[in-house]
Amino acid sequence: MDLKIKYFGLLAEITLCNEEVLEFSETTISEVLEVLHNKYPSLRDKDFQVAQDLEIVSKDSIVSATEIALLPPFSGG
Amino acid sequence: MKNRKIKNVFREGAIASQFIGDSIAKHQSKTTIGAHSIFLGQVRADELEGKTVSAIEYTAHEEMANIKFHEIRETTFEKFNLSCMHIYHSLGLVKTGEICLFVFVSSPRRKEVFKALEFVVEEIKAKVPVFGKEIFEDSSHQWKVNS
Repeated sequence: MDLKIKYFGLLAEITLCNEEVLEFSETTISEVLEVLHNKYPSLRDKDFQVAQDLEIVSKDSIVSATEIALLPPFSGG
Repeated sequence: MKNRKIKNVFREGAIASQFIGDSIAKHQSKTTIGAHSIFLGQVRADELEGKTVSAIEYTAHEEMANIKFHEIRETTFEKFNLSCMHIYHSLGLVKTGEICLFVFVSSPRRKEVFKALEFVVEEIKAKVPVFGKEIFEDSSHQWKVNS
Protein backbone atom coordinates (compact mmCIF):
# COMPACT_ATOMS: atom_id res chain seq x y z
CA MET A 1 0.00 0.00 0.00
CA ASP A 2 1.02 3.60 -0.50
CA LEU A 3 2.28 5.42 2.55
CA LYS A 4 3.12 9.11 2.65
CA ILE A 5 6.18 9.82 4.80
CA LYS A 6 6.85 13.33 6.06
CA TYR A 7 10.33 14.36 7.17
CA PHE A 8 11.14 17.30 9.41
CA GLY A 9 14.19 19.30 10.43
CA LEU A 10 17.49 17.45 10.23
CA LEU A 11 15.77 14.39 8.75
CA ALA A 12 14.53 16.34 5.70
CA GLU A 13 18.15 17.38 5.08
CA ILE A 14 19.14 13.71 4.94
CA THR A 15 16.29 12.61 2.67
CA LEU A 16 16.48 15.80 0.55
CA CYS A 17 12.68 16.01 0.57
CA ASN A 18 9.92 17.06 2.96
CA GLU A 19 7.68 14.16 2.02
CA GLU A 20 7.39 11.24 -0.33
CA VAL A 21 4.95 8.45 -1.09
CA LEU A 22 6.38 4.94 -1.05
CA GLU A 23 4.79 1.57 -1.47
CA PHE A 24 5.13 -0.76 1.48
CA SER A 25 4.09 -4.29 2.25
CA GLU A 26 5.45 -3.96 5.79
CA THR A 27 2.97 -3.86 8.64
CA THR A 28 4.75 -2.30 11.60
CA ILE A 29 6.40 1.09 11.99
CA SER A 30 9.76 -0.54 12.74
CA GLU A 31 9.56 -2.58 9.52
CA VAL A 32 8.85 0.60 7.56
CA LEU A 33 11.80 2.27 9.30
CA GLU A 34 14.05 -0.61 8.30
CA VAL A 35 13.21 0.07 4.64
CA LEU A 36 13.88 3.78 5.15
CA HIS A 37 17.18 3.04 6.90
CA ASN A 38 18.27 1.07 3.86
CA LYS A 39 17.22 3.86 1.53
CA TYR A 40 18.84 6.56 3.69
CA PRO A 41 21.67 4.93 5.71
CA SER A 42 22.40 8.14 7.66
CA LEU A 43 18.91 8.01 9.21
CA ARG A 44 20.00 4.98 11.19
CA ASP A 45 21.98 6.81 13.87
CA LYS A 46 19.54 9.73 14.18
CA ASP A 47 17.23 10.23 17.11
CA PHE A 48 13.59 10.67 16.08
CA GLN A 49 10.01 9.80 16.99
CA VAL A 50 7.26 8.63 14.64
CA ALA A 51 3.78 10.15 14.52
CA GLN A 52 0.78 8.40 13.02
CA ASP A 53 -2.61 10.17 12.88
CA LEU A 54 -0.86 13.18 14.47
CA GLU A 55 0.08 11.22 17.61
CA ILE A 56 3.46 9.82 18.63
CA VAL A 57 3.38 6.04 18.35
CA SER A 58 5.78 3.31 19.44
CA LYS A 59 7.89 1.64 16.81
CA ASP A 60 6.13 -1.70 17.21
CA SER A 61 2.77 -0.14 16.31
CA ILE A 62 0.92 -1.45 13.27
CA VAL A 63 0.78 0.96 10.34
CA SER A 64 -2.87 1.99 10.23
CA ALA A 65 -2.76 5.44 8.62
CA THR A 66 -1.89 6.54 5.08
CA GLU A 67 0.64 9.01 6.41
CA ILE A 68 3.38 8.95 9.03
CA ALA A 69 5.78 11.68 10.13
CA LEU A 70 9.38 11.34 11.30
CA LEU A 71 10.05 13.95 13.98
CA PRO A 72 13.55 14.79 15.25
CA PRO A 73 13.97 16.15 18.82
CA PHE A 74 11.72 19.16 19.43
CA SER A 75 13.27 22.59 19.84
CA GLY A 76 10.44 25.10 20.01
CA GLY A 77 10.37 28.19 22.17
CA MET B 1 -13.01 19.52 28.88
CA LYS B 2 -14.37 22.72 27.36
CA ASN B 3 -14.85 22.70 23.64
CA ARG B 4 -12.59 25.45 22.39
CA LYS B 5 -11.65 25.81 18.74
CA ILE B 6 -8.17 24.81 17.58
CA LYS B 7 -6.30 28.04 16.85
CA ASN B 8 -3.33 28.67 14.64
CA VAL B 9 -0.55 29.53 17.08
CA PHE B 10 2.06 30.26 14.41
CA ARG B 11 3.14 33.66 13.15
CA GLU B 12 5.58 34.26 10.32
CA GLY B 13 8.85 35.75 11.59
CA ALA B 14 9.57 37.43 14.93
CA ILE B 15 6.82 38.46 17.33
CA ALA B 16 6.89 42.27 17.43
CA SER B 17 6.88 44.17 20.72
CA GLN B 18 4.00 46.25 19.31
CA PHE B 19 1.91 43.07 18.97
CA ILE B 20 2.72 42.12 22.59
CA GLY B 21 1.82 45.60 23.81
CA ASP B 22 -1.45 45.55 21.88
CA SER B 23 -2.30 42.14 23.41
CA ILE B 24 -1.87 43.58 26.90
CA ALA B 25 -4.00 46.63 26.02
CA LYS B 26 -6.84 44.41 24.77
CA HIS B 27 -7.25 42.99 28.29
CA GLN B 28 -8.07 46.35 29.91
CA SER B 29 -11.78 45.69 29.33
CA LYS B 30 -11.60 42.33 31.17
CA THR B 31 -11.89 43.70 34.68
CA THR B 32 -12.27 40.40 36.54
CA ILE B 33 -8.59 39.82 35.79
CA GLY B 34 -6.22 40.78 38.59
CA ALA B 35 -2.95 39.30 37.34
CA HIS B 36 -1.24 38.66 34.03
CA SER B 37 1.96 36.74 33.51
CA ILE B 38 3.93 36.76 30.28
CA PHE B 39 6.74 34.57 28.98
CA LEU B 40 8.82 35.81 26.05
CA GLY B 41 11.26 33.43 24.43
CA GLN B 42 14.14 35.33 22.85
CA VAL B 43 16.66 33.95 20.35
CA ARG B 44 20.03 33.74 22.10
CA ALA B 45 23.39 34.29 20.39
CA ASP B 46 24.90 30.97 21.50
CA GLU B 47 28.54 30.34 20.64
CA LEU B 48 29.92 27.06 19.30
CA GLU B 49 33.54 26.52 18.31
CA GLY B 50 34.13 30.24 17.87
CA LYS B 51 31.00 30.79 15.76
CA THR B 52 27.99 32.79 16.96
CA VAL B 53 24.32 32.09 16.25
CA SER B 54 22.78 34.95 14.25
CA ALA B 55 19.24 33.60 13.83
CA ILE B 56 17.00 30.56 14.26
CA GLU B 57 14.86 29.33 11.42
CA TYR B 58 11.76 27.56 12.75
CA THR B 59 9.79 24.87 10.98
CA ALA B 60 7.06 22.67 12.43
CA HIS B 61 4.66 19.86 11.78
CA GLU B 62 2.05 22.59 11.83
CA GLU B 63 -1.11 20.50 11.93
CA MET B 64 0.17 18.30 14.75
CA ALA B 65 1.73 21.25 16.57
CA ASN B 66 -1.53 23.23 16.60
CA ILE B 67 -3.33 20.20 18.04
CA LYS B 68 -0.63 19.85 20.72
CA PHE B 69 -0.87 23.57 21.56
CA HIS B 70 -4.63 23.11 21.85
CA GLU B 71 -4.25 20.10 24.19
CA ILE B 72 -1.80 22.06 26.34
CA ARG B 73 -4.32 24.95 26.53
CA GLU B 74 -7.13 22.60 27.55
CA THR B 75 -5.01 20.86 30.20
CA THR B 76 -3.84 24.20 31.58
CA PHE B 77 -7.40 25.53 31.86
CA GLU B 78 -8.34 22.35 33.74
CA LYS B 79 -5.41 22.58 36.15
CA PHE B 80 -5.43 26.30 36.93
CA ASN B 81 -8.03 28.98 37.51
CA LEU B 82 -7.33 31.13 34.45
CA SER B 83 -9.43 33.80 32.77
CA CYS B 84 -7.63 33.55 29.45
CA MET B 85 -4.50 32.33 27.73
CA HIS B 86 -2.74 33.25 24.51
CA ILE B 87 0.15 31.45 22.81
CA TYR B 88 2.06 32.60 19.72
CA HIS B 89 5.10 30.89 18.20
CA SER B 90 7.23 32.04 15.29
CA LEU B 91 7.86 30.18 12.06
CA GLY B 92 10.63 31.09 9.63
CA LEU B 93 13.59 33.27 10.45
CA VAL B 94 13.95 34.99 13.84
CA LYS B 95 17.16 36.92 14.47
CA THR B 96 19.04 36.92 17.77
CA GLY B 97 17.45 39.28 20.25
CA GLU B 98 14.02 38.90 18.65
CA ILE B 99 11.04 37.16 20.23
CA CYS B 100 10.03 33.68 19.01
CA LEU B 101 7.54 32.61 21.69
CA PHE B 102 4.87 34.67 23.48
CA VAL B 103 2.77 33.06 26.21
CA PHE B 104 0.24 35.22 28.04
CA VAL B 105 -1.89 33.90 30.93
CA SER B 106 -4.40 35.86 33.00
CA SER B 107 -6.32 35.11 36.19
CA PRO B 108 -8.18 36.91 38.95
CA ARG B 109 -5.24 35.99 41.26
CA ARG B 110 -1.45 36.14 40.93
CA LYS B 111 -0.51 32.71 42.32
CA GLU B 112 -2.35 30.92 39.52
CA VAL B 113 -0.61 32.78 36.71
CA PHE B 114 2.91 32.06 38.00
CA LYS B 115 2.24 28.31 38.20
CA ALA B 116 0.26 28.14 34.96
CA LEU B 117 2.87 30.02 32.94
CA GLU B 118 5.70 27.68 33.89
CA PHE B 119 3.51 24.67 33.17
CA VAL B 120 2.54 25.95 29.70
CA VAL B 121 6.11 26.82 28.66
CA GLU B 122 7.55 23.48 29.83
CA GLU B 123 4.77 21.57 28.05
CA ILE B 124 5.43 23.48 24.82
CA LYS B 125 9.14 22.72 24.98
CA ALA B 126 8.52 19.00 25.57
CA LYS B 127 5.48 18.18 23.45
CA VAL B 128 5.16 20.43 20.41
CA PRO B 129 6.86 19.38 17.15
CA VAL B 130 8.70 22.59 16.34
CA PHE B 131 12.26 22.47 15.01
CA GLY B 132 14.82 25.24 15.27
CA LYS B 133 17.77 25.51 12.90
CA GLU B 134 20.47 27.68 14.47
CA ILE B 135 22.14 29.69 11.73
CA PHE B 136 25.64 31.02 12.35
CA GLU B 137 27.15 34.24 11.01
CA ASP B 138 29.04 32.29 8.32
CA SER B 139 25.73 30.72 7.10
CA SER B 140 26.60 27.26 8.47
CA HIS B 141 23.99 25.76 10.76
CA GLN B 142 23.14 23.18 13.42
CA TRP B 143 19.80 21.82 14.65
CA LYS B 144 18.85 23.02 18.10
CA VAL B 145 17.79 20.53 20.79
CA ASN B 146 15.81 21.67 23.83
CA SER B 147 17.57 20.99 27.12
